[in-house]
Amino acid sequence: MYAQMVKTASNRVKTREEMSPEEQHFQDKIDNDVKIEPKDWMPEDYRRTLIRQIGQHAHSEVVGQLPEGNWITRAPTLERKAILLAKVQDEAGHGLYLYSAAETLGVSRDELIELLHEGKMKYSSIFNYPTLNWADIGAVGWLVDGAAIINQVALQRTSYGPYSRAMIRICKEESFHARQGYSAIMKMAFGTPEQKKMAQDAVNRLWFPALMMFGPSDKDSVHSEQSMAWKIKVKTNDELRQQFVDQTVPQIDYLGLERPDPTIKWNEERGHYDFAMPDWDEFFNVIKGNGPCNADRMENRRKAWEDGAWVREGLLEHARKKAARKVAAE
Amino acid sequence: MKNEWPLWEVFIRGQHGLAHRHVGSLHAPDAETAILNARDVYTRRNEGVSIWVVEAKHIAASSPSEKGPLFEPSESKIYRHPTFFDIPEEVGHM
Repeated sequence: MYAQMVKTASNRVKTREEMSPEEQHFQDKIDNDVKIEPKDWMPEDYRRTLIRQIGQHAHSEVVGQLPEGNWITRAPTLERKAILLAKVQDEAGHGLYLYSAAETLGVSRDELIELLHEGKMKYSSIFNYPTLNWADIGAVGWLVDGAAIINQVALQRTSYGPYSRAMIRICKEESFHARQGYSAIMKMAFGTPEQKKMAQDAVNRLWFPALMMFGPSDKDSVHSEQSMAWKIKVKTNDELRQQFVDQTVPQIDYLGLERPDPTIKWNEERGHYDFAMPDWDEFFNVIKGNGPCNADRMENRRKAWEDGAWVREGLLEHARKKAARKVAAE
Repeated sequence: MKNEWPLWEVFIRGQHGLAHRHVGSLHAPDAETAILNARDVYTRRNEGVSIWVVEAKHIAASSPSEKGPLFEPSESKIYRHPTFFDIPEEVGHM
């Protein structure tokens, strides 16, 4: 979800007979839920897929700060401002945990950041939608972070140790994000008619983009099979999406808002809500870079990175000089 | 990469008198900044009362291939555990 459509080199899972003894041993560990650690032997494709997935996940955390950062100075109260600031700071931390996990696979954080800025790596499609008003900020916390939690709770059981540990840390902090969002949207849904209208509008606009976060339907998700066999992915896109819908519909109802998709209906037989899929053409178009905010987000990222270069270089030079002075004094 | 800040491993002592525990890593130009960054990243919710940082390149680690020779010898030495010995109940707690 924060990592959508991560490519694996092959679309087919190897049979046991096709595996080398090393690969068999590796797959046995995964099947027995033994975590893979950085120095353990792993197939090259497992390593590459993980770098792509964890990198994409990290980029999403960092780019995700942009639509929210925009509202820090416009928060309606000082308390809401402090809360939003804390949330956005958490997202930076989440990006950091994930870049650190990716670095254990032999890629550096700066390399990953440059790949993002060159357009060679992706981040979640959701952050290419605009946050037009304060209701959107509440809806983002509630729906977007809510969707993230569903994905990340599942990923706590992922096979790669550092990724799993990063997920455990992130999940502890993430529920604050969802709850502060719901609390903000409650305030509006139960406020003046104008506020309620804004809340409804935010839910209507963000519902389908939130569903897209889980990636294409299982039948169209060509890279899932290998990732599931390696337990890089633990649940399928459709399973996670259903879980999100089942969890969220009662929350919408509680707010007294209209459901953003009129086809949502409880299905007694399945024990789940039926719902409409998002427009996948729109999804693929956003992934390709043509969403409402793609260009803007990347421009801001690159500008922040370039504008900060002198600080990074200056601090490093200062550290070098200080170390040299210490050596000279000894 | 040129001018990339070095990687530091971060260890935090929690509230309750336990040993410093590895919590993660971060990049920083020097030790002082690494501690400040660790404060911001790893103790935002009262997780710690003390921070250690060490540059990752200074950590020596055992390799997975040594797992057998290093750790298997202790598997058969079950007499090292107190539960190996049956102490009569009359003797009381020991």
